[in-house]
Amino acid sequence: MNHLTSSDASIVLAGAAGQGIETVAGMLATVVKEAGYHVFVTREFMSRIRGGTNSLQLRISSDRRVSYLRRTDIAVPLSVTAIPHLERYSRLSTDTLLIGEKEYLHNKRGSESGKSIEVPFSDIAKEIGGSIYTNTVASGVIAAIFEVTPNLVYEYLTKRFARKGEKIVQQNIEAYDRGHKIGSDLVKSEEVSFQIRKNPEIKHELILGGTDAIALGAIAGGCNFIASYPMSPSTGVLTFLAQQACKFGMVVDQTEDEISAINKGIGAWYAGGRAMVTTSGGGFALMTEGLSLAGMMESPMVIHLAQRPGPATGLPTRTAQGDLRHVINAGHGDFPRIVFAPGTLEEAFILTQQSFNVAAKFQVPVFVLTDQYFVDSSYNIPKLDLSAIENTSYISKTKQDYQRYRLTADGISPRGIPNNGQGTVVADSDEHDEDGHITENLITAPKMVEKRMRKFEKIRDDFINPRVIGPDNYKSLIISWGSNFHVVREALDELQSDDVASMHFSQVYPLPDIIRNPLERADEVLIVENNVTGQFADVILTETGFQIPQENKLLKYDGLPFAVEDVIEFIEGGSRQEVS
Amino acid sequence: MRNDFEIMNDVNYDIAWCPGCGNYQIRETLQEALTELELRPQEVVIVSGIGQAAKMGHYVKANVFNGLHGRALSPAMAINAANPDLKVIVESGDGCSYGEGGNHFVHTILRNPNITMFVHNNMVYGLTKGQASPTSQSGFITSVQTADRHGVTNTPFNPLAIAISLDASFVGRAFGSDKEQTKQLMMKAIRHKGFAILDIFQPCVTYNRINNYRWYKENTYYLPESYDPTDHVEAFKKAIERNKYPLGVLYENSKPTFVDNSGAYEKDKKPLFERELDKERLSELIDSMTEIG
Repeated sequence: MNHLTSSDASIVLAGAAGQGIETVAGMLATVVKEAGYHVFVTREFMSRIRGGTNSLQLRISSDRRVSYLRRTDIAVPLSVTAIPHLERYSRLSTDTLLIGEKEYLHNKRGSESGKSIEVPFSDIAKEIGGSIYTNTVASGVIAAIFEVTPNLVYEYLTKRFARKGEKIVQQNIEAYDRGHKIGSDLVKSEEVSFQIRKNPEIKHELILGGTDAIALGAIAGGCNFIASYPMSPSTGVLTFLAQQACKFGMVVDQTEDEISAINKGIGAWYAGGRAMVTTSGGGFALMTEGLSLAGMMESPMVIHLAQRPGPATGLPTRTAQGDLRHVINAGHGDFPRIVFAPGTLEEAFILTQQSFNVAAKFQVPVFVLTDQYFVDSSYNIPKLDLSAIENTSYISKTKQDYQRYRLTADGISPRGIPNNGQGTVVADSDEHDEDGHITENLITAPKMVEKRMRKFEKIRDDFINPRVIGPDNYKSLIISWGSNFHVVREALDELQSDDVASMHFSQVYPLPDIIRNPLERADEVLIVENNVTGQFADVILTETGFQIPQENKLLKYDGLPFAVEDVIEFIEGGSRQEVS
Repeated sequence: MRNDFEIMNDVNYDIAWCPGCGNYQIRETLQEALTELELRPQEVVIVSGIGQAAKMGHYVKANVFNGLHGRALSPAMAINAANPDLKVIVESGDGCSYGEGGNHFVHTILRNPNITMFVHNNMVYGLTKGQASPTSQSGFITSVQTADRHGVTNTPFNPLAIAISLDASFVGRAFGSDKEQTKQLMMKAIRHKGFAILDIFQPCVTYNRINNYRWYKENTYYLPESYDPTDHVEAFKKAIERNKYPLGVLYENSKPTFVDNSGAYEKDKKPLFERELDKERLSELIDSMTEIG
């Protein structure tokens, strides 16, 4: 029933905020994974508490398929605005099967084609005990299509609703069964058919979202202090850590503003804590003064920035990669910093963990740069191996004559903290001498500038190489960074081209010269970025001198992530045009 | 008594304060207070922002975090939370604490961290050369608040009234030239468990010819022994007196601190730097994440 492959299904649920599409998706993703399928869930939503139109894509597949797809195999509209919403973004085609209430299907585009099946979800729910069961009925229909064993679902429902009492559990099970029956009939009548392979191993895998991976990585990195001001789409990390704080002995402060947040983070590091802030572009704008303080004080700092479209308030709940230039250039004066941009959940976990060690090692601010698409998407991954996780404090015990800013060959001075040895620790935002005391000596000042900048060399030595995947003798090389890893990979998998390779950067700043080599081997270098100017292409140019022509940039800036189809069309289409 | 907090024995820093500045007296008083409290320089952290008062840490032997203008309270609170064994003392002026840092002033009080704040209040901006500060008095004439526009027309900021209204756990005022009384108040503030603010009146010999030593002498009085600093409403009344400004502890209460409430020290009393990742617990958490919702 679909043109790509029926070993991969894309199901889209759309409705208003507060209607519970998250609950349906959560339940479906969980039971489908338990049944042995790969699952992927991504969300797009409006900046509303209730109402508006939101949608959620659930991909169920034989092989791992974890990127946003424009194609929809089954759409389940749960409100009047659902179908027009999906149509506006070209997510429905004549191949899409619509399943839902009559009144919501009514809004279907044209009527020339396309299948739709009416299911009176809410009438069934009311027969059982109330419209509250609508979502469970809908879940039953979908789960049946994927031949999920009812027992798995009963277990899930029992666990989930146990708190609410036996009656609620039973009614949910009944609602599920009613939906399941309808779904099974659809399968029998061959209205729908997918051939998705089950793999029993998947049952034991985790389901994590980007937010989870960042927050778990922070805990793994020994994070014991988080101070932040809530801001979409970064707040989930604060919430996650707040809920684990007592268990892991972590200080949590929801601050009055982002200025306070980063100043607290730096204060905590000064006293020996391992601190992090989580924010988005606008919140980070308020932190730039504090970032500069970290630069001058040579304080470690970890900043998670989940991007959304700017400038200013922009599109608060949408995605973008528009803050790369912001994080690289923010702060008055020159000082080193490091920017990581994970492409996978595993990378998010490990890079966030590492960022605490790298920040401590070089005594510089380290960014973990994600975006709304990344933090709000979830999929199954194998259990994380913690055996290789190691943290280093890089804290030195001080002697009586301790100097916080001792001039050293590599620019890194031993970092002492208060009351850990015989010395005192003097950290200053003014230009300072080796003791840390304020100075206006203009012979000392440039020595301190050079000391700080010397750290860049060691930082570049520890550069995390980009991953090149594809044929060795590629002719085209397509560059991505951050959240676009999977979408580019999947596009190339679909294309099966023998002369296109992908190159993904999970460290985007600073870049060493050597990355020119793989770029120069290609006949053409392409780049995919979720911003209007090609910010990373500019970073490559500034850092290495390698220029990517404007026509080779696939740029998208409508607040949505790249769909696999966007990248395929870009690579296939000789004429390279911007998507948006 | 030996003064471990004297830094000038080892070095000879060029002190950036004007000759005759009230900061010199406050520096000596602070060193005496710390010494009498039998603290060691290693366990004291002087946190400051920017301004003349904020340079204090450079002229005292102690740990120092001299951060950004107006931001001293945020790192101070974090330093206390990261290592509650440290004595954290914020040293700053009226511009830094009440102007640039006004929002942090309010919200730090609400958290009640166990830190002490000394504000050198001279009712003028010194380092930027004589403009009005938030506490400058009505009619005070400067190069910006000019005579033809009636000098200062903003209502003067009342830090003690604000602190008391927010139920700050220790609120006092000193006059820096009265060294003995100031020392006693500093010691009380440092000993207090919770957020303590001591606003210290101090003449600026260069830019404030109105609120000079004599003016402070004539316009202040010490609260009598009989004064009860635990009465919230009386304390507020004292804080808004303008005829003469009361000196002493205006208000004091006892309540849990930020660290007490944080949960971070319930199971483990160790400061953060002595803690290690509990891999087993993390592993359990990760392994439990097998479903959405």
